Amino acid sequence: MLYREAGQFKSSYSADMAMFPIRQDRIALALLLVVAFFIVPFVASDYFLRAILVPFLILSLGAIGLNILVGYCGQISLGAGAFMAIGAYSTYKFTTGVHLPLDWFGTEISIPPLAVLPSILLGGFMAAIVGILFGIPSLRIKGLYLAVATLAAQFFFDWVFIRVKWFSNYTPSGSVAAPELNFFGLVVHSSIERYLLCLAFVTVFAFIAKNLVRGSLGRQWMAIRDMDIAAELMGIRPFYAKLTAFAVSSFMIGISGALWAFVYLGAWEPLAFDINRSFQLLFMVIIGGLGSILGSFLGAAFILILPIFLDQVPHALGIPISVETISHLVFIIQGSLICYLLIVEPHGFARLWAIAKEKLRLWPYPY
Amino acid sequence: MVAFGQFAEVLIGGLLAGVLYSLVALGFVLIFKASGVFNFAQGAMVLLAGLALVRPLDYMVAQGFPVWAAIVLGLAFAAVVMAASAWLIERFVLGPLVNQDGLTLFMSTIGATFIIEGGAQMIFGSDVYPLRLFPTDAWFLFENQFPGGILVNKLDVWGGLIAGILVAGLAVFFQKTKTGRALRAVADDHAAAQSVGIPISWIWFVVWLVAGLVALVAATVWGTKLGVQFSITFLALKALPVLIIGGFTSVPGAIVGGLIVGAGEKVAEVYLGPLIGGGIEYWFAYVLALIVLLGRPQGLFGERIIERI
Repeated sequence: MLYREAGQFKSSYSADMAMFPIRQDRIALALLLVVAFFIVPFVASDYFLRAILVPFLILSLGAIGLNILVGYCGQISLGAGAFMAIGAYSTYKFTTGVHLPLDWFGTEISIPPLAVLPSILLGGFMAAIVGILFGIPSLRIKGLYLAVATLAAQFFFDWVFIRVKWFSNYTPSGSVAAPELNFFGLVVHSSIERYLLCLAFVTVFAFIAKNLVRGSLGRQWMAIRDMDIAAELMGIRPFYAKLTAFAVSSFMIGISGALWAFVYLGAWEPLAFDINRSFQLLFMVIIGGLGSILGSFLGAAFILILPIFLDQVPHALGIPISVETISHLVFIIQGSLICYLLIVEPHGFARLWAIAKEKLRLWPYPY
Repeated sequence: MVAFGQFAEVLIGGLLAGVLYSLVALGFVLIFKASGVFNFAQGAMVLLAGLALVRPLDYMVAQGFPVWAAIVLGLAFAAVVMAASAWLIERFVLGPLVNQDGLTLFMSTIGATFIIEGGAQMIFGSDVYPLRLFPTDAWFLFENQFPGGILVNKLDVWGGLIAGILVAGLAVFFQKTKTGRALRAVADDHAAAQSVGIPISWIWFVVWLVAGLVALVAATVWGTKLGVQFSITFLALKALPVLIIGGFTSVPGAIVGGLIVGAGEKVAEVYLGPLIGGGIEYWFAYVLALIVLLGRPQGLFGERIIERI
């Protein structure tokens, strides 16, 4: 009744290929954005904003980035954590000033400290560059072999950020504290400001991603994913398609890493971006839905909320469960859900949502 | 002579440690050869086998059983646990996913990894449990040739011996027994094997069982070396570069790959590490694998990958 596209005629190709072709979707999205920007900050508690919404938004951005690579281009990556770390540490270096003596060449690179926003974007670019470098093997290898190549990135950068003290400005403990988040004179400090900052980033990049994947580039990625040899014969350059996927994906993951470090953690160690972070992002993408922007959000919400939920429910019901058991239960439930979803619904929550929409279109009078 | 003595010590230590990597990599190869599944859960299976061995063992020893009986019963119990988990994985995870592409199967084994890790620790506990099946003291060889001799860990030698026996046993199993032949037939072509009357689900159960038993053997050695603990699961990640270097489909490849990785990372750590900051053991194997991938994607012993539309 409500969700029906009868009467919405499209008279041009561009209207047909619009980002949200159905009017109800556009209205719903606008409403969602209004609620997220103007109502949630005033309604939600400090804890909810800081401990749930901020990490949810940041990891959603990371999941969107990874989804572009894994879901749209079909190149499996186990190195997302490394690219988050590159984003975080590059941003840190740019905000504190880069000073790299190159004695061999008799010169040095010296960049004065930059403002936070350009630093975050530059951090994303650094991640994109490294992403392209580690994407080069994807031109020869694929699938599991590529997964190992990305794993190499993960372990190598774990080591680099622990051992090369230059990245942490020679702090003795190796942990790094983010400088003040100053955006053109506006200092982001309270939970509400942090939330709005993340929300703004995620909104912008989600729109960019949504736009990319429906355009020429996105369709090239999907052609490569579906069958790379056939795509090549059709005139798609695998070199260009794969490396752009790596670049765009690493850029977004790098930005999310910078936000994770600067906005959510505030002070961090290399361990914040270890292999478990990579798996977490990969699970978000799988559970949410490979090849779906909406799915990235759903997956991120699910993976983040599941441990909190499992933590709270036994308490509320008065069943005593030790913290250890809960962490094991989370493992088991996550694993079972991944297996279950792969068997029953390989396209994840996003597909369930699509099915629900199909049902809604016919409601309340299905044929 | 001192320098050479040290080099020999590092090299031998590395080669023997590499054999232990091979033990884990073997489990991967078995499953990959027979079912085309890349089994990420192998490391978790080593943890499960180790826990299922060490906990009853400790319990029985505490109850006053003779040690040899406790060991035999503990091994038997662990083998039963591995068989049960093999059956469960085949029945509930891989069975329903027949004919899916490799990536889906790979991700489903990541799911299985989490279930096994969570389940094993929930049932058997999540502390560090020391296991003492093999001697762990050191030998000093060639003491008259080199000052101080060459230090060799007895446990590593045991590991090497066991790996050798295991490979010989597996070779006999694959070449001589009926089930082994059926396994090779399934690996070659699922449909053809099925059409001549080979029961695929039974064969896959056997493969997972054998991989589970290999995991048990790996658990006895690694458990003695590190204690049975959660970090054993990271062995799976260490075995990946071994597989890449040796080739996914080759049992000898797993052994040679393990030796190359083990020796390479120890030698690199000792001679290259001080130059660039140490701790390069952590990623050396992966970078080595990356180089092999770029030059020879199928690995040293793997079958050539041919693609068709």
